[in-house]
Amino acid sequence: MDNGKIDKIIDKYPSDSSSLIQVLLEIQSENRWLPKEALAKVSERLKVPLNRIRHITTFYKAFSVVPKGRHEIHVCTGTACHVRGAKRVLGAVQDATGLKPGLTGEDFRFSLETVNCVGCCALGPVMVIDGEHHGKLAPAKSKDVLKNYE
Amino acid sequence: MSKIVLQIDGRDVEAEQGMTVLEAARSAGISIPTVCHNEKLEPYGACRLCVVEVQGRGRTNLVASCLYPAEQALAVTTKSEKIDKTRKILIEQLLAHAPDAEILQNLAQEYGADKDRFEKEASFCILCGLCVRYCSEVKQNNAVGFFDRGATREIRFVPELAAKVCWDCKECFALCPTSYAQAAYHLTEALAFPSASSQLSSAK
Repeated sequence: MDNGKIDKIIDKYPSDSSSLIQVLLEIQSENRWLPKEALAKVSERLKVPLNRIRHITTFYKAFSVVPKGRHEIHVCTGTACHVRGAKRVLGAVQDATGLKPGLTGEDFRFSLETVNCVGCCALGPVMVIDGEHHGKLAPAKSKDVLKNYE
Repeated sequence: MSKIVLQIDGRDVEAEQGMTVLEAARSAGISIPTVCHNEKLEPYGACRLCVVEVQGRGRTNLVASCLYPAEQALAVTTKSEKIDKTRKILIEQLLAHAPDAEILQNLAQEYGADKDRFEKEASFCILCGLCVRYCSEVKQNNAVGFFDRGATREIRFVPELAAKVCWDCKECFALCPTSYAQAAYHLTEALAFPSASSQLSSAK
């Protein structure tokens, strides 16, 4: 992500500390992660100390300070999904992608995360890819779902 | 500044408007134990060891005296069985994180706290925030901060800033009750900008 693009995003908001989270969210959604050069730029423009930005970017799960893949897989391991076999779904997804939860593949195709409830327990076990919900998954079916994402 | 009078442990204590209960008590020579308090810094209320009982609305409340504003005719108790028990548990919890911290060991002796009561989880940092607050409030370097949240919250130095300012400052090391700030700095240095110490070793 180049400096001009970051400047453009920052220009859209009032240049003070109150815009911080909006700016970070927008950079996050454009770039899928927050490189440290971007954080330094934001810190300089909005006059927010870097340690505060670091605290905020590690506090909220919406931000990532490591590169993310093109598609984000969230496998629900909440109670309802757990009893309906989320573990096996997660295992199948791990096998198919070669990733452990929290990691991103070398080809940047997928990032894998576990989440603790996505709010549709009746559909369990649930996997969310790029905001799209896939419910009532069987391990074999979850592998097929992944094929639709390049 | 208008004067107010409050009762601490049955004594009338004069204080100024805007003082906290802790400041009022200390000005009257009444000691209240603290770990995260420092006069140069804004009150923070992290360690909670300064708990006292205040009477109000027909009941007594446990409050952190370093944050609680002194009020006219406020009745404060700084020593009671309940307070001692609360402080003892707090010290025991802090000791689970930093078993060798001198200030905690002294407090443990005073309050009869058992350092082995809780399973050791030696993170060495008790998250008092002294280094973080000193760095941003007094030095305004903002080189050290809190990272992450909840059970995994910890202090860390921001490498880009620490590389520039910390070598000539290091004032937070002395404030740290557990020496963890120093350890965290050296870890950051070794990982992110090892030049400073290699210069030192080549100078030997």
